[in-house]
Amino acid sequence: MSLTRFFRRSDWDDERARELESYLAIETDENIARGMTPVAARDAARRKLGNATLVREEIYQMNTVTLVDGAWRDLKYGARLLRLNPAFAVVAILSLALGIGANTAIFQLLDAVRIRTLPVKSPEELLEIRIADPVGGRTGQFSGRRPSLTNPLWEQIRDRQQVFAEVFAWNGVGFDLTTSGEARTAQGLWVSGDFFKGLGVPSLVGRTLTADDDRRGCAAPPAVLGYGFWQREYGGDPSIVGRTITLDGHPFGIVGVTPASFFGVEVGRAFDVAVPLCAEPISRGARTALDKKNVWFLGAMGRLNAGVTIEQARAQLQSISAPIFQATLPDYRAEDARHYLEFKVGAYPAGTGISQLRRQYESPLWLLLATTGLVLLIACANLANLMLARATAREREIAVRLAIGASRGRIVRQLLAESLLIAAVGAASGALLAQWLSQFLVDFLRTDNNRVFVALSLDWRIFAFTAVLAVVTCLVFGLAPAVRATGTAPANAMKAGSRGSTDTRERFGVRRALVVAQVALSLVLVVGAVLFVRSLRNLVTLDAGFQQDGILVLNMDLRRTGIPEERRVATFAEITAKLAALPGVASAAQVYIMPVSGSGWNNNIVIDGKKYTENVNFNEVSAGYFRTMGTPILAGRDFDERDTPGAEKAVIVTQLFTQKFFAGQNPIGRTFQVDETPGQPRPLCRIVGVVKDTKYTDLREEFTPLAYFDASQAEKPDPFLQVALRSNAPLTSVTSESLRALGEVNSNIVVQFQTLPSMVRNSLMRERLMATLSGFFGALAALIATIGLYGVMSYMVARRRNEIGIRIALGADRRAVVRMVMREAGMLLVGGVVVGTALAIVAARAASTLLFGLHPGDPATLAMAAAGLGAVAMLASYLPALRAARLEPTEALREE
Amino acid sequence: MLQGTLDLLILKTLAVGPAHGHSIAYAIERQSDEVLQVEHGSLYPALHRLEDRGWIASFWGTSENNRRARYYRITPAGRTQLTAQTNRWDAIVRAVNRILKPA
Repeated sequence: MSLTRFFRRSDWDDERARELESYLAIETDENIARGMTPVAARDAARRKLGNATLVREEIYQMNTVTLVDGAWRDLKYGARLLRLNPAFAVVAILSLALGIGANTAIFQLLDAVRIRTLPVKSPEELLEIRIADPVGGRTGQFSGRRPSLTNPLWEQIRDRQQVFAEVFAWNGVGFDLTTSGEARTAQGLWVSGDFFKGLGVPSLVGRTLTADDDRRGCAAPPAVLGYGFWQREYGGDPSIVGRTITLDGHPFGIVGVTPASFFGVEVGRAFDVAVPLCAEPISRGARTALDKKNVWFLGAMGRLNAGVTIEQARAQLQSISAPIFQATLPDYRAEDARHYLEFKVGAYPAGTGISQLRRQYESPLWLLLATTGLVLLIACANLANLMLARATAREREIAVRLAIGASRGRIVRQLLAESLLIAAVGAASGALLAQWLSQFLVDFLRTDNNRVFVALSLDWRIFAFTAVLAVVTCLVFGLAPAVRATGTAPANAMKAGSRGSTDTRERFGVRRALVVAQVALSLVLVVGAVLFVRSLRNLVTLDAGFQQDGILVLNMDLRRTGIPEERRVATFAEITAKLAALPGVASAAQVYIMPVSGSGWNNNIVIDGKKYTENVNFNEVSAGYFRTMGTPILAGRDFDERDTPGAEKAVIVTQLFTQKFFAGQNPIGRTFQVDETPGQPRPLCRIVGVVKDTKYTDLREEFTPLAYFDASQAEKPDPFLQVALRSNAPLTSVTSESLRALGEVNSNIVVQFQTLPSMVRNSLMRERLMATLSGFFGALAALIATIGLYGVMSYMVARRRNEIGIRIALGADRRAVVRMVMREAGMLLVGGVVVGTALAIVAARAASTLLFGLHPGDPATLAMAAAGLGAVAMLASYLPALRAARLEPTEALREE
Repeated sequence: MLQGTLDLLILKTLAVGPAHGHSIAYAIERQSDEVLQVEHGSLYPALHRLEDRGWIASFWGTSENNRRARYYRITPAGRTQLTAQTNRWDAIVRAVNRILKPA
């Protein structure tokens, strides 16, 4: 039997038909010749030949792979059944598409963020180089998203290591593309010379950077563009090489573009432009960190030499650690220095890159995958229930087929084909839905200041994941009903429908169990949803100590204004005053660290010579800050004209500061010193006021002791200024007025605007994501479970029409009928809620770190979820109950 | 009829010359002095099977009384098969006879 014949079997069948026809013609001719009438001759010929159809079928079978042909026919039959029952098909396919789509989308994100390796040459050879388990001793300034090393430390490691073929370091930084007015930033990278060579990333256009580009003091360093930036900003111009790009006001010659697949080493970000590390002083000027031993800003990786194991690499790095840290010891306090000298250089697998996004979202994503998995399971249970109902309806048909000799396996296969069809169509639609959904999720995480980039590509893992889901779901919802449907003896099934059949009761038990499971699982999801929504609500409504509405934050870059250091304090005051005087602006004040922005500045303090170990957070603000932010001053005064640069340092502290360090007594007039590193001045700070506690780096944290310095007493401020202003005027008019006012002061000021409410919202991104998605999935699960309950109750009412009819005919109160049905539904619901509550308490523990102000087993949450789900479910079962009560006994009884 | 004997009879009939299904059926009946009654329909699956194995080949031709008919002819492989099967048939017949009519 050849394959061509298999596909040509209908042609062959035609040929046979003609051949048999020719036999009949010849035989008829001969019969006529023997003297028969034409009609009799033809009949006799037919008798002689026998059953022509059977003959053709026998030959057809010879040309057939029975299994394939059977499967094809089953699928066609399944499709026909689905077409005949569009409501069922739509519900089934839609619920599967939602379930599979959600799972695939979350998995796609997990794949991109957690599983997939960097799109570079042999990513498994890459190791990240950083200090192994640092305990204390890493103080100083930290900047960038991977502040693992200082530059002196990096140079020492680079020069002393022998286990890596290449080592490279980088720092992610924002480059300003403008020179005045509103800022426009590019995602920049300072990279050491071997960055591209070490990663094995070639250039798409021109060349990448080499070690020659990265020489200390480079005057005209080149720049390499990322593919997306090249497309966005230059329309993919192929003659880009040789053009110039202005970064932070300095020209860089473009030498090349990297391929589209390469986004950098940080998963969740895409770099726009990379320049050599030696260009760092060009942007930072006198503040350059290249020789600073306490400015941590570099991340580093290495590519292992051939044949070197990770253990050998670690051992070698450990052996060279002592001289490296000896040579780079910053001016530390004694105990920090001791820790620092004990540090060891470590190496960690980095084939999947590094990622803040991953750290922040890995556990939420796994949790969401579990959630969507449960949704799919509930949808499967629902489908299984529907399939069971359909199988029951086809009981007689199946019984007849079994009775006349169909094998049980053959019928199971046919029933499964229908499930497979639903699963396949559901999975295909789900995969499409997933593309849209995962993009939606990435967009959800993206804000103006946090340009999240996730390379969402379709790889084999995602296809495999979806295919496995489809097959598993098909088996879960299709196999059990199919096996059960064929399990009853034909004789029993033929009798079913008559009164007193017992097997339907048993089958009904399975359907009830499925509903209980659905209610239980959806309760778990509803509890999760309520927990996350309430967490978010707790965070949004908590008293952060300031009034966020109406606050606009201006970040100004004055590096190119040429204003000398000694005039900065005065210029800052001038700018702040000008902004405060704008129409529609109620007040404005300088602020060094904006609350909940994620930045921080802390140190220990010394009171009357006694050193306290508890960390104190600091901030530096100008007079009017507390009025602007709506933070009440509880005692003492705000900063004022008395606090001149030469005068004694004035500080304002928070309530908690007073409680911790002055036992709640009035601290006004008391003094403390900041425990600065040796060699730094330690001026006496006198407390002039007490304000209400406010959140500092993050809304989720507890209040911390906090002290505010006066910005007008600042020593040598950096050329950056941040101003908070309160205004009721429309945002666009305030920003344009501000730009005009700043232009009057100096045309080279670059400014970036942000509203405090949006900063707060963005800081709660993860909570909002979890609340939104778990809310959506919880509602979906509840809906599916409710449909399931409704289906089973309707079915029960339909099955018991006679009984209910008789009851009513014999004078049963219709309310009693409603009660009977509702009792039945209530029992299922209670069963589900009891099981679900137990499951939810266990499951919620997995989410405990993502909750705020709530216990995972919070009784109020459990009660709310159960009550909500219960109310909806009871409403859904009220409809069938009502239908039962309205039953016309004469009709119900006549049907039999 | 014994399993496989129909194949043997068809091959033997076609060894004389090409024939179509109708004439093969009558030839078998005639040559067995009407002892072997072939159900004519059952001939066709057998023909198909033999053709499938490459022992016979088919072509469309015109019958004696001017009807289009599908003709079969034996292939060289079919002739080899005929010899082999005839020998086997003889062996079986001898063996059965030895049991039925011991000497």
